[in-house]
Amino acid sequence: MIPEIGQFALILALSLAICQGVIPLIGAYRNDVAMMSVAKTAATGQFVFVAVAFGCLTWSFLTSDFSVLYVANHSQLSLPTIYKISAVWGAHEGSLLMWILILAAWTVAVARFSSALPEAFAARVIGVLGLLSIGFLLFALLTSNPFDRLTPPAADGADLNPLLQDPGLAIHPPLLYIGYVGFSVAFAFAIAAMLSGDLDQRWAKWTRPWTTLAWMFLTLGIMLGSWWAYYELGWGGWWFWDPVENASFMPWLIGTALIHSLAVTERRGLFKSWTLLLAITAFSLSLLGTFLVRSGIIVSVHAFATDPTRGFFILAFLAIVVIGALILYAWRAPSLDSEVGFSLLSRETFLLLNNVLLVVAATLVLMGTLAPLVIELLNGGKISIGPPWFEIAFLVPMIPLVLLLGVGMHTAWRTQDKRPWVALLRIPAIAAIVIGVLLPLLFYGRTSLLLALGVAAAVWIIVMSLIQPVRSMRRKEGAAAITRSALGMSVAHLGMGLFVLGVTLTSAFNIESDRALTPGESIDVGAYEFEMRELRDVQGPNYSAVEAIIEIRKGGEFVATVRPQKRQYLVQKSWMTEAGIHVAWNKDLFVALGDQLGNGAWSVRVQYKPMIRFIWFGAIIMALGGLIAVSDRRYRLTASKPSRVSSTATETA
Amino acid sequence: MSRYILPLVAVIVLIVFLVIGLTRGDPRALPSPYIGKPAPEFELPKLKDSSATVSTEDFRGQVALVNVWATWCVQCRAEHQFLMDLAANDSIPIYGINWRDTQPEALRWLQQLGDPYVASGFDVDGVVGIDWGVYGAPESFLVNADGVVLYKQLGPLNWQIWERDFVPLIVSGDISQ
Amino acid sequence: MKRLLILAIAMFAVAPVAAIDTDRAFDDPELQARYEKIISEVRCLKCQNQSIKDSNVFLAADLRREIRRLISEGKTNGEIQDFLVTRYGEFALYRPRASGKTLILWIAPFLLVLFGGFAMFRVVRHRMALPIDDDSVREG
Repeated sequence: MIPEIGQFALILALSLAICQGVIPLIGAYRNDVAMMSVAKTAATGQFVFVAVAFGCLTWSFLTSDFSVLYVANHSQLSLPTIYKISAVWGAHEGSLLMWILILAAWTVAVARFSSALPEAFAARVIGVLGLLSIGFLLFALLTSNPFDRLTPPAADGADLNPLLQDPGLAIHPPLLYIGYVGFSVAFAFAIAAMLSGDLDQRWAKWTRPWTTLAWMFLTLGIMLGSWWAYYELGWGGWWFWDPVENASFMPWLIGTALIHSLAVTERRGLFKSWTLLLAITAFSLSLLGTFLVRSGIIVSVHAFATDPTRGFFILAFLAIVVIGALILYAWRAPSLDSEVGFSLLSRETFLLLNNVLLVVAATLVLMGTLAPLVIELLNGGKISIGPPWFEIAFLVPMIPLVLLLGVGMHTAWRTQDKRPWVALLRIPAIAAIVIGVLLPLLFYGRTSLLLALGVAAAVWIIVMSLIQPVRSMRRKEGAAAITRSALGMSVAHLGMGLFVLGVTLTSAFNIESDRALTPGESIDVGAYEFEMRELRDVQGPNYSAVEAIIEIRKGGEFVATVRPQKRQYLVQKSWMTEAGIHVAWNKDLFVALGDQLGNGAWSVRVQYKPMIRFIWFGAIIMALGGLIAVSDRRYRLTASKPSRVSSTATETA
Repeated sequence: MSRYILPLVAVIVLIVFLVIGLTRGDPRALPSPYIGKPAPEFELPKLKDSSATVSTEDFRGQVALVNVWATWCVQCRAEHQFLMDLAANDSIPIYGINWRDTQPEALRWLQQLGDPYVASGFDVDGVVGIDWGVYGAPESFLVNADGVVLYKQLGPLNWQIWERDFVPLIVSGDISQ
Repeated sequence: MKRLLILAIAMFAVAPVAAIDTDRAFDDPELQARYEKIISEVRCLKCQNQSIKDSNVFLAADLRREIRRLISEGKTNGEIQDFLVTRYGEFALYRPRASGKTLILWIAPFLLVLFGGFAMFRVVRHRMALPIDDDSVREG
């Protein structure tokens, strides 16, 4: 019964989405208030029904209803309850339903918080989001229905992929999707602007908080994915340049460029067509990402194993959405240019450079991901493009970007006097260079050009990011405090600096070693000794495992005990490595079991990973910066009078 | 004007590639670099009689099928009946490479299911497998009289594949059909 | 999902004859470093996008063994790559070799940055010539 209700709810949601997508857009064109007001009601209704459907699917999992095919394929009676819930989005059909739910939720949020927007504009935005919902709902109902039945029902399910039976993997998709789908709001804002022909600074101001919020979630989602891969996949890597990872990274890069471009458009009315194009591209890349993951066109350990029919559907949807948007762009963009200028030394220049470099980076990632396919189709044979290429290619635009990151936020809009600017930058720059050269040498024993560059850039960014907040804390009585927008910017950039520090140091000084060990034997990695004390069998709720108890010592002093496991899940019979990790603020000691060898020995991989937590911590701080920025009073709902803009360097971003 | 149309054109080109890519089939199928080139030579101990050897020389001068198989390979079992029928037809000699297997198990398999092979080489450490670019059993190579690889089949053979892909090549004797 | 499942079962139905390396392959740290770098850049052909360094399947172990042999026979990195490419094609290498069609891949980063820089130069020059002071307003 419940699955039927869920199915029916989806169909109702589709009809509401059709109302939501079609009527307001016609209403906005005709200036018909009645038609436009359908938008918010239809959006709310659609959300309610999609939520009901999602609830029905969740219920089916919680009650282990194996008459539903999707539940039978991805759940199991002995699956812990929390994973029964996360199994809802553990495979294609369910995660698609979650996507639809999140899209509906964003739409309702826009509808709820759009009182400052003109009626026609809001109607168009919600209408466009409705059109997107139609596409996804059709996709679900026609090709990927989570409520398909299995007759006769299975006695027990095929179990959730053990890789997904993990808390990190439970929250990673929701956060990631909130980000991915969130860019559809910026996209809808862009389309609405193009439809009406009006794109001004107010438009940029409206679009900014939505974009920043989506970006924040995407940052967290990617960070969680990286962290999860590190401790769960067993080999201690945190980024593989895998096509599916790239699929989430490209929207992030373009989203970052979009945030910065919106800042310029809001402030000075410049770069309007660039902002539009970036808004279209960010969401298009989200769609492309979904296509790559679900169509089976590329090889990846992350890909949902699914079939070409679904691939064709998504591709068709992608084509319609993106080509439609770009036709609008080609039509409207030429009339958007404004005739104001800026000096060579100005914030506008730096933001432009920032965006150029981010777009180059995103293009390179796209190239690396799709080139093997393109080359193969051009009869050039099958090649692989992996981390060796990506790492080098990505650094090319990134090195100038991280070096200049600290500078733009202290450069004034329109024109910046050279003298005070140099005076501000000089000491931090010298300090950064000195620390860049010395830090690796003193703490890790060696240094190199790239290493010094990375550490110097990181220190530079960190110091420059702290200047405005610190000045605000030490300000005189009566002086203006730093706005949340500017504070958010500083915090986000600070996070970036911490991230760069982590990446540089862990890439350069990470040590790893593989060895066969029996209880009593030990292996030395770096300054640490890892001794295998004991091997024993343990039982989990739905798995049995071999656990090694490994004691870590430094210079004879006890540091920690870790317990890496090799688990076999009872139903799918696949083996999983659970690494034993000792976490400290400045390093990880990582131990993973390989395979059982003869004579009671196991192969063990041991790694020393300095500063690796900074990678994820930096990302969290970046996301925090986004949150702070979004909470700025400027974005609150009440429309207010326009006011003059001043051009001091500490102005809001 | 053109810079506003450029993104549209680029996207259309990309989508065309993606459409073609979708129709392509299994993205993990790896074509053999040996097609049209001489097959790598090998000499392996015979599975059934370790004191004797089987080598590429044994089938030089005739068109032959070289089949890579193993007892741990589920698909090989599915393919086995086809190989038995093919051997019964007497149309083409079939040579086996027993890949990364254990001799007793392999012998028992042939005893239970029948032996379609003129001879099977016992490749215990997989060196010959690697030489031939094998990455998953079963794989089959069609080799002509001069020792040139005409075709490689990934996965199990059946009559449909045989008629469609192998027979025309056997008749013509080289890779251009 | 089913295909993944079957693959996973098939992979582990193999008798686990080998694993990640059970010891330093070479006593000489330079050779060891070279070995580790090479195996991190060779694709495990049986896997879903992993290097033979990070994979447990026996094909990966076999390939590691062959590479150890080639290094100890004094072969250069280029010769080891040729060995792999002859047997498995360019697909086996995660670092695309710079030849013909792939040369563009290696030049692309620099080309794109140059192109971006040029576009920037034109935009900035255009803007430098326009009036700076304007009535940009922003709702407070």
